[in-house]
Amino acid sequence: MAEIRLENVHKAFGDFVAVREANLTIAQGQFFVLLGPSGCGKTTTLRMIAGLEIPTSGRILLAGEDVTNRRAADRDIAFVFQLFALYPHMNVRRNLTFPLVSQGVPRAEVRTRVAEVARLLRIEHLLELPVSGLTGGDRQRVALGRAIIRRPKAFLMDEPLGALDAEFRELMCEELRLLHDRIGATTVYVTHDQVEAMAMADVIAVMNQGEVLQAGPPTEVYNRPATLFVADFIGSPAMNLLPAMGPLAPGSDHARVNGAEIPIPRLRDGLAHEEGVLGARPEHITLSDTGPLRGRVFGVEYTGVRQIVVVDTQAGRVRVRSPNTVQVSAGETVGLEFSKEALVLFDRRSERALRSESIHGAGRG
Amino acid sequence: MSAASTRSVLEPSPWGQRFAALLVILYALITMIPLVWIGLTGLKTPPDAIAYPPKVVFDPSLEGYVNLFTARSRQTPEYMASLPPPTSWYDELVRKRNMVITGPSRFAERYMNSIIIGFGSTFLAVFLGTIAAYGFSRFKVPLKDDLLFFILSTRMMPPIAVAVPIFLMYRALGLSDTHLGMIILYTMVNVSLAVWLLKGFIDEIPMEYEEAALVDGYSRMQAFWKVVLPQAKTGIAATAIFCLIFAWNEYAFALLLTSGNAQTAPPFIPIIIGEGGLDWPAVAAGTTLFLLPIVFFTVLLRQHLLRGITFGAVRK
Repeated sequence: MAEIRLENVHKAFGDFVAVREANLTIAQGQFFVLLGPSGCGKTTTLRMIAGLEIPTSGRILLAGEDVTNRRAADRDIAFVFQLFALYPHMNVRRNLTFPLVSQGVPRAEVRTRVAEVARLLRIEHLLELPVSGLTGGDRQRVALGRAIIRRPKAFLMDEPLGALDAEFRELMCEELRLLHDRIGATTVYVTHDQVEAMAMADVIAVMNQGEVLQAGPPTEVYNRPATLFVADFIGSPAMNLLPAMGPLAPGSDHARVNGAEIPIPRLRDGLAHEEGVLGARPEHITLSDTGPLRGRVFGVEYTGVRQIVVVDTQAGRVRVRSPNTVQVSAGETVGLEFSKEALVLFDRRSERALRSESIHGAGRG
Repeated sequence: MSAASTRSVLEPSPWGQRFAALLVILYALITMIPLVWIGLTGLKTPPDAIAYPPKVVFDPSLEGYVNLFTARSRQTPEYMASLPPPTSWYDELVRKRNMVITGPSRFAERYMNSIIIGFGSTFLAVFLGTIAAYGFSRFKVPLKDDLLFFILSTRMMPPIAVAVPIFLMYRALGLSDTHLGMIILYTMVNVSLAVWLLKGFIDEIPMEYEEAALVDGYSRMQAFWKVVLPQAKTGIAATAIFCLIFAWNEYAFALLLTSGNAQTAPPFIPIIIGEGGLDWPAVAAGTTLFLLPIVFFTVLLRQHLLRGITFGAVRK
């Protein structure tokens, strides 16, 4: 088990920059999730850690050692592929033992390790079967087993749940997290699914267009998005982003949205120009007749205990998560009240969040 | 849902299936007739073989096979009468025609040449083809497309079109009428086919398997041997059969470049001379035996072949 550190890691394929100057530290034993839309560079980052791609520049450190140019075989890292990549010409047992054979582990040891891993993953009954007939879930377990059995320095997983159906994915999510807690291995997990990321991660790093935008615990990434992209990408429905008028001096505690004054946490940074954006999570807005921003109800989506009320305001469409005891119907005019402490103000031009005084580590950058 | 829709729309109707079966049977019959005729001719006596109208029902005889494997000479009746009684069934068969066996014919030798050259060149072409295809499939090769096109273009004209330069080159290099020369020649012709076929197969093997092997602690070479090759088996088998069939059946170069030493069976069989011209039963017997290795090899690899010939169009 080891710490993984990326220092200014850059990867370009010809003119295309896949990863731009990434700096990440993945602590020992952490469950670290790289989250982003497809093509954002998260898989390339993972492959560079594994040694399947060599960075154009920058350094990768594994347990303090520079492994930037070391062969994948010599890094002692396990990789779980999206489509599992179980060797089709071998049965389950041989798939599990394949990485041990390359290390020259003695036979008796191999046998005990297989038994151990099979018990842990509940695949004892599959050991002698060919991998071709296995269900998605069982393949997933065998792929994990092949990674675990080596006791590597770190686990890298590239959307390992992507090929499973929704119901099973949830189950595997839980299992993966339990497994991680049990063996305490440093894990880097790539996904485009924010729900998966939220459910499993100790730390989430959000990437877009080759750049790491924010890295932090799920609550921080959710509550204090560092950029407009993060605000928009995380949460379902996404954060409401309303145009706010600048300029604002440092120390301001109000944002002007379409003429309405909305109290916000006192700003440490100022906004030098006119274009600001007020970010508010749907659950941080309540329907109230006295609310400063008013709009017409466009529709209501029921989601069980909660409902999403969609309100058209002068400043744009706003989604409000409210208990379903609140009765509203389409066409009604309602007021919107914002919970002050949960609001985030962004600079439209730099796309970054403005830091506020009350919250210290309001994201990176 | 109506009762009629018990079968999938993709499945042909029962009448369609019967019609297809009829066509297949008809085709099989048409292609089998010459083979059956050769097989039968090999079991006829020389007079029966050239009888007109052709004999379909006849007394089978092994004379063709005996003639194929032996050299014989005609003797006077007096000499024949002076001989001790025949020691074997084939002696007896030959003496009925007033002949004695003077020794073995060169057929076995020619047959062996065919095996050495056919299988040798097949092995070499498939081996070179596999590593070249792997390189083209996995690595950034400068001018990759041009090189691949060049390799393919070596097949665009019939190989015999360059027979004269090859004949002269081989004579100068001392490769004429040698096994090595023929192996190199057939390998050269087959390797382009092997590269293209195998590249298709290797392209279909996802890179993830090798990458998995790499992170599992194996070198690229080991990953190739342990992970790629076993999965390319089907393609390799199919390619090997195609290469073998070409090398085995090749006639023109064999006729031109070989004579006493490295001559293969194809130029030898049709010129087996008997009494008064070609010995048809011996020719037919030689042809029958000549067909067997390909049949055997194909049957041996048939489970790979069926999937191989469809070019792995559907995986899993």
